[in-house]
Amino acid sequence: MADTTREPILEVRNLVKHFPLTQGIVFRRQVGAVRAVDDISFTLYPGETLGIVGESGCGKSTVAKLLMNLERATAGEIFYKGDDISKLSGRALKAVRRNIQMVFQDPYTSLNPRMTVGDIIGEPFDIHPEAAPKGDKQARVRELLDVVGLNPEYINRYPHQFSGGQRQRIGIARGLALNPEIIICDEPVSALDVSVQAQVINLMEKLQDEFGLSYLFIAHDLSIVRHISDRVGVMYLGKMVEIGSDTAIYDHPTHPYTQALLSAVPLPDPDAREGRERIILTGDVPSPANPPSGCRFRTRCWKAQDRCAEELPLLAVPQRYADADTAVAHDSACHFAEEKPQVTHA
Amino acid sequence: MTETGIDLVKDETPATPGTPLLEVRDLQVEFHTREGVAKAVNGVSYSVEAGETLAVLGESGSGKSVTAQAIMGILDMPPGRIAGGEILFQGQDLLAMTEAQRRKIRGNKIAMIFQDALSSLNPVLSVGYQLGEMFRVHKGASRKEAKARAVELMDRVRIPAAKDRVNDYPHQFSGGMRQRIMIAMALALEPDLIIADEPTTALDVTVQAQVMDLLAELQQEYRMGLILITHDLGVVADVADRIAVMYAGRIVERGDVREIYRTPAHPYTKGLLDSIPRLDQKGSDLYAIRGLPPTLTSLPAGCSFSPRCDRAREICVTERPLPVTVLDAEGAPVPGRSSACHFWKETLHG
Repeated sequence: MADTTREPILEVRNLVKHFPLTQGIVFRRQVGAVRAVDDISFTLYPGETLGIVGESGCGKSTVAKLLMNLERATAGEIFYKGDDISKLSGRALKAVRRNIQMVFQDPYTSLNPRMTVGDIIGEPFDIHPEAAPKGDKQARVRELLDVVGLNPEYINRYPHQFSGGQRQRIGIARGLALNPEIIICDEPVSALDVSVQAQVINLMEKLQDEFGLSYLFIAHDLSIVRHISDRVGVMYLGKMVEIGSDTAIYDHPTHPYTQALLSAVPLPDPDAREGRERIILTGDVPSPANPPSGCRFRTRCWKAQDRCAEELPLLAVPQRYADADTAVAHDSACHFAEEKPQVTHA
Repeated sequence: MTETGIDLVKDETPATPGTPLLEVRDLQVEFHTREGVAKAVNGVSYSVEAGETLAVLGESGSGKSVTAQAIMGILDMPPGRIAGGEILFQGQDLLAMTEAQRRKIRGNKIAMIFQDALSSLNPVLSVGYQLGEMFRVHKGASRKEAKARAVELMDRVRIPAAKDRVNDYPHQFSGGMRQRIMIAMALALEPDLIIADEPTTALDVTVQAQVMDLLAELQQEYRMGLILITHDLGVVADVADRIAVMYAGRIVERGDVREIYRTPAHPYTKGLLDSIPRLDQKGSDLYAIRGLPPTLTSLPAGCSFSPRCDRAREICVTERPLPVTVLDAEGAPVPGRSSACHFWKETLHG
């Protein structure tokens, strides 16, 4: 379980990533920017799982890339154990990266088809020789295969000889190789079949207990995120709109977008079909290159008023719940944040 | 609907009362591969009535999409081959028809909605042209009439400002809007049956809710039969009347959606339902079906699910279970409910 009294292991402050939009071939002029991530802050504590949910284009994968330093942040800081890592490069960056690893979404494209499983899982040792086991590297790779539930005899096989679920296990073994403290999982099970998803989720939970890992778990499947996360953040169009404990987000959501998102998820219960109030949002997510003024959700929100267009709502505990002692008192970026009792989720 | 002046009277062939809209009987589809013959569909039977939604539930490789392609007549042959069975549409066997006859039915009476709207639409033709093509080809409408009908259809699936957008190209629409265009195209000739192959898998949840709502509403309005192919247990629970659960090319369980979700009679269905994360399981392991789906080129001799099944006994390995009618607690047969498991009773009653 997460220990929130301890120092955060990762702290993100006012993180911004704008991708420039340019025009012209010889003289490239910047004509605008895709605001993929726009001023996001959150913390991750040791041993905890923070789930990030949101629809495609909300910037959740960009956050993952920024944390890994695969993309440079336009502004903002990322503190790893108190040190800002967002501006590091070269040797210093390499040293930090050892402790933050990533598991990717698509197990079919994230493994090199021309490398054997042993080479894939052992590659981190070539990049970080200081972390490589003394002596027999092969033995350590076999051990890792065993840890993720694969037969250690498979060390000389190639990725195409494995199924999707097995490949995702290989990706996880590669992530574990350097004994990292944080693993960033970007949609780790969404490419897998339903019956295999549960296997991989169970494995990830087991590994977290065993190695004391912190997970940043990015996914769009709300029921899986609820199952695995201690805290959950909801993103919309580059902004964090609501963040809190899993009970806060799933049982007491106060942001209209979270409420709509939860109510839109079809429940696996035919008897719940009637009598369930659903919020069907109209329209599509606006373009992040040209987001609405004020609150970004206002164009699809049923509560929107003039104030929403003029004033950007801040992510904070809503005034009306400031004194509440329950899960409802959590950060929500809405001028009219209020619980909606009918919203339920499995 | 006839404001544009084209005659769209459907040539009704009244089916004999009692015959289902579509009936698939013992369908067998094989693929010849280098590794041997893959039996993708291995004796599948199901039926759909007008106005009814049948959900075909299964994982990748279970044969659910191949069955749909065989019904539509868009199976790649070779490598595919229909090795046996019948597909009766309004009482007539589609497999016995000539290509010309099938072409008349395709789009006109049976239409399909594909998963990935972006790759299913032609990127170099405007959506209006592609929608209008349905009327030009099948109904002999003029270009002008076809365009007018296209605008009407886009209005029908609630694409805002349809008149202004009719000349836009697929890439100018969002994912949800493109899927609406796919639905509009399927609805164009008011077919009797729509096959939707993972229609919302590529969409976000809030957009998925919009699209499924629209589809359900239009289906009711036109009293169409709908075959919904999906792996999403939530979507099935939301819209289906009946379910057929497929595993390794066979239907393992079938019946009313409520009954199956409440009391599954096949260990595979039960395993799928149990692996959905539930609130009370937080902090504990999820139920996971162990192992992997079998390779279709070398299916086990007995029950295909037996290597992964907690209930498997000797008989499951040697003898293939045939679908049997499920009986309720009083011993009366449950209409339309079957399970292909030697131990369905034990599974059903815990």
